[in-house]
Amino acid sequence: MDRIPVLKMGEFLLVSIQVDMHDRLAMTLQDDITEMIVRHGSEGVLIDISGLNMVDSFIGRMISNIASMARILDAEAVVVGMRPAVAITLVELGLELPGVRTALNIERGMDILRKHMRSTETTGDADSTR
Amino acid sequence: MPTPLVNELAVRVEEDIVRVRQVARAAAIEAGLSLVDQTKLVTAASELARNTVIYGGGGTARLRILESGGRRGVRIEFEDHGPGIADLQLALQDGYTTGNGLGLGLSGAKRLCNEFELKSEPGKGTTVVITRWKG
Repeated sequence: MDRIPVLKMGEFLLVSIQVDMHDRLAMTLQDDITEMIVRHGSEGVLIDISGLNMVDSFIGRMISNIASMARILDAEAVVVGMRPAVAITLVELGLELPGVRTALNIERGMDILRKHMRSTETTGDADSTR
Repeated sequence: MPTPLVNELAVRVEEDIVRVRQVARAAAIEAGLSLVDQTKLVTAASELARNTVIYGGGGTARLRILESGGRRGVRIEFEDHGPGIADLQLALQDGYTTGNGLGLGLSGAKRLCNEFELKSEPGKGTTVVITRWKG
């Protein structure tokens, strides 16, 4: 069966979307990520979309949903590697992905997740950092 | 001069939406569209192909490469024989949907293309034609 792998890396989950997803595959990924966050108690999810040459409203909504669900499950989601042409198109489409944290590349995305982890450790309260 | 049909494909199931994206990308590259324009056309095509599957009950996509006055472009026509759209003005409003999407499909596709034509007759079906020119 078609599936996009969700890798566990310490406290984080790592997803790299490398294929042109049909809608069901996107829905499956959404379910897989939320299930993995709960199963592993993950604190962050890094989603690399550098392999995507387009993001339409369906995939955009899937990305927003993952970010919202992660937040509700006390994890932070960061989307990295969006191509410039995809960003331009998304804004013109009218989809600005509100509430989705983004970073230019994987390194910066990991920095955000590590900082998020540190800040929740020091305050002991995830809510105060958001 | 009639423009040659590059490709005609059935748009019935989800996998066909992906196929439309791929064929639209290939046509955009062949017409010499920039990367940003390719992406806009492919994204618009994806939105409309999904509409064809979900709201039109399946249909057909026809792709053409246009040449007019030294300009090149890609035209894609989506045709279905579904229930049609009762209120075209309303259907083109951002955020309006009769399904459970975001309501950005038609309005977004219109913004992403140079030319956009929507024809629909309740009970007969819907045809949407989009064109993206080079440059």
